[in-house]
Amino acid sequence: MKLKTDMEKRLLLGDEAIARGAIDAGLSGVYAYPGTPSTEITEYIQDYCRQEGKTLHNRWCTNEKTAMEAALGMSFAGKRALVCMKHVGMNVAADPFINSSITGVNGGLVVLVADDPSMHSSQDEQDTRFYGKFALIPVLEPSSQQEAYNMMAYAYDLSESLKLPVLMRTVTRLAHSRGVVEIHETRAENSLNPVGGSRDWVLLPAIAKRRYASLLERQPEILRLATESPFNSFKAEARRFEMGIIACGNTFNYVNECYPEGVPCPILKISQYPIPVETIRTLAEQCDSIMVFEDGQPFVEEQVKGILESACSIKGRLSGDLPRQGELNPDIVRGALGMGTLPHPEVAKNVVARPPALCQGCGHRSVYEAINIVLKDYKDAKVFGDIGCYTLGALPPFQALDSTVDMGASITMAKGASDAGVFPAVAIIGDSTFTHSGMTGLLDAVNENAPITVIISDNLTTGMTGGQDSAGTNKFEAICRGLGVGDEHLKVVVPLPQNMDEITRILREEIEYRGLSVIIPRRECIQTLKRHAKARAAQKE
Amino acid sequence: MKTDIILAGVGGQGILSIATVIGQAALKEDLYIKQAEVHGMSQRGGDVQSNLRLSDKPIASDLIALGQADIIIAMEPMEALRYRHYLSKDGWIITTSNAFVNIGNYPDQQAVLDELREMKNVIMFDGEKLAQENGVSRSVNMILLGAASKALGSISFEKLQDSVRTIFGRKGEKVVEDNLKALELGRQCE
Repeated sequence: MKLKTDMEKRLLLGDEAIARGAIDAGLSGVYAYPGTPSTEITEYIQDYCRQEGKTLHNRWCTNEKTAMEAALGMSFAGKRALVCMKHVGMNVAADPFINSSITGVNGGLVVLVADDPSMHSSQDEQDTRFYGKFALIPVLEPSSQQEAYNMMAYAYDLSESLKLPVLMRTVTRLAHSRGVVEIHETRAENSLNPVGGSRDWVLLPAIAKRRYASLLERQPEILRLATESPFNSFKAEARRFEMGIIACGNTFNYVNECYPEGVPCPILKISQYPIPVETIRTLAEQCDSIMVFEDGQPFVEEQVKGILESACSIKGRLSGDLPRQGELNPDIVRGALGMGTLPHPEVAKNVVARPPALCQGCGHRSVYEAINIVLKDYKDAKVFGDIGCYTLGALPPFQALDSTVDMGASITMAKGASDAGVFPAVAIIGDSTFTHSGMTGLLDAVNENAPITVIISDNLTTGMTGGQDSAGTNKFEAICRGLGVGDEHLKVVVPLPQNMDEITRILREEIEYRGLSVIIPRRECIQTLKRHAKARAAQKE
Repeated sequence: MKTDIILAGVGGQGILSIATVIGQAALKEDLYIKQAEVHGMSQRGGDVQSNLRLSDKPIASDLIALGQADIIIAMEPMEALRYRHYLSKDGWIITTSNAFVNIGNYPDQQAVLDELREMKNVIMFDGEKLAQENGVSRSVNMILLGAASKALGSISFEKLQDSVRTIFGRKGEKVVEDNLKALELGRQCE
């Protein structure tokens, strides 16, 4: 491919390389809900559209499920679509995702999921590769920024030739690491060409059975493509080795880092799945043992154990040669390869953890202060939290939360606990999380007039991921009323220290009301407030 | 030649801007670059770090191994100490002496500075005071980068200056001038 003359090399985050790769592959739209470490993909495409005057779809979606379905709709219409999310977002999108492998695709569809091994910014370290196996579709896992860029054009071609969605899995260490990327010409978008004359996408059981059979029939082809993939590499050796290596995605880099003069044993790099079974058998014939390096869960290690009948011993996270939990790094890989750590200074003595905290001046602070003042008088009170900046209310100085599970769980868990007899049961949820997954739970609470107090702490943005648009801004009272919350128990306050008497009075009254109440403390996030003030000042200049 | 750098500080101190300036300059020098950082929760007053690797040969890992960092650049002394065990035998620590105390159990400040001084190669200075005295109080991070410039053997000072002009250009001429001044101030720090 020809290089762009004016921008041959760029320093890009893994996320940005993915975004750029999708744009240059003829993308017509990105659909996503923000989630670390995937957020920068959509932000790059938004910036690109602003700067280049392009009109690819790039607005944030309400949640990952709506994003996945809209992307599938764009694919139905014949155009190339990208849907991005963090790993736990895939749980929300799983229904349309799994079924998209039954409908198949028309325009190319890439589902990009960013995993977070070591849970830098997440509540679990689930491994998205399992979802790819579950849906029986190809999975790609880049090892570098350049590979991530190159893979996007490949992924769209693969998707359109197989007529299936392609799942691409990345991890925090690639998503949030910069590298030099060479950029190619931008392919034209597909023209509008909706699915017609077929009922393949109508997943009635009779049709779905036929479609599923067709998906199963294509499995040998999907395996062959992975075995021959330009992103997988293996060099067969004539002699026997004590050890062979399988390295998946970016763990390939850590192995190379340990051997600057070249890896002295057979190594299979896997960046396209399903796992290349025959190649692994060949590797096993050459080695007494195989060490499997993979970030996330022992997805490959477990399968390799299953396919090998030979005496070759398999080492990895299951065997205890690598830690069962957490991301790999050059030091862990050195240790597993029997090289030991390099000489280094002692760990310093005078160092303590510095956990994140709510910003000074943040409205959530006043909300937690009010909760703590009022709930002092209710020793049995439980506070059910949710996902966002305000989850930090669990840490000192507030220590105000009893649970944080998943997007939207505050309201429904408060209701369930209340059903069981907990009083008071308070839910605290952010504005963006409420529209993502809280609205349906609130309807459950309305329908039973559950005696819970729901606090929608509205800072007019999706704060934790850096201040993206929030789908429900200016609509929250209307949404609550629409769901059936009565006006007499729908209160709005301004969370400022000087309003503390009013906020605590209202909170106390609504807890005492033995039915459903919603309180909306509303004040703009101070980070976006500063940014907006700066932008206005710059405009004046 | 390779240069492995760990950048450390507290969210909001401008650590990632230092990484961006070095990264752009390295791109102009036609070097290979890898720069890993952790976003997200760490932006809220928590610790922030970035692994920045430069080389004239391809770089494998995004992360630096123990005992391999050539330079630790830190906006805050305890954050410099946090990564001490990553420093190579002849590596340099370049840090301000300005403790950022936003936690209740911050260690004894003198003990932090003393433990830093035990290291072989340390450049430590009162960055806040220096910045204030010279009217560039918002550019402590660029003072620090200036102080690290000699250790960044593979990147010329001029390329760093160009990079500051490019990166801060859209924020206006005053911001560019302040940051260039800060860079020069740092260069004088011994």
